[in-house]
Amino acid sequence: MRGFEQRLNEFHQRGVEVVAISVDSPADSQKLCQSRGYTYPFLSDPKAETTRQYGVLHPNGAGEGKDIARPAEFLVDATGTIRWVNLTDDIRVRARPEAVLAAIDRL
Amino acid sequence: MRRRRNILSWAGFAIVLVALVSYIPFFALFPATRDIPWANYLLFLIGGALLAAGVRRAFHEPGRYQGKISGSILAALSVLLFAFFVASVTYFSKEIPSASTALRASQKAPPFVLVDATGKQVSSAGLLNGHRGLVLVFYRGYW
Repeated sequence: MRGFEQRLNEFHQRGVEVVAISVDSPADSQKLCQSRGYTYPFLSDPKAETTRQYGVLHPNGAGEGKDIARPAEFLVDATGTIRWVNLTDDIRVRARPEAVLAAIDRL
Repeated sequence: MRRRRNILSWAGFAIVLVALVSYIPFFALFPATRDIPWANYLLFLIGGALLAAGVRRAFHEPGRYQGKISGSILAALSVLLFAFFVASVTYFSKEIPSASTALRASQKAPPFVLVDATGKQVSSAGLLNGHRGLVLVFYRGYW
């Protein structure tokens, strides 16, 4: 997420918006954005409905029955079609912004 | 002759502690040291080598150096901390469900309306309006 922030202007130059999505409340997202300096939208999906629709639900991922998202990145084109997906198998290893930028350049 | 404190063992253990706790707040910030935590492994190696040298001289030169007991305890603790680190980065961080249910390229992206950090409603249609594309970064969150 930090990597996307650092290269945000390269996404914007390509006419692409970046948003982060989690089950966190808006207040928690605001705290995160303020402490880390994130300026792109952080969206709240408290019941994990959107997360479920994209098929990236991690049932009980937070324990106590609370569902969260597994890490994943999707690139959606202007027609609303998914064009590129990154599905890690390790929560530490996320998509690098350059990989997403390269996928955008192939659109 | 007064026996000297075995500074090597303590310095080695301190580096092992740094190797363990530096990953999340520091090395995980950079993809180059995050995906494969080589910097942390290197710190473990340096700390382990110093500790081994400290324990070695405690046993080989007991007349000059203290630290047979403390060095052994620090060495055992270091092995446990290293094992915990390895388990965390090779096993626990992969404890997520398979991605078999995830939407794939060429499928329609389900539209959404979600609330941003300021409480404002944001829709996928609005985000795509006038744009060439949209990147969705799903993350685990902090609950």
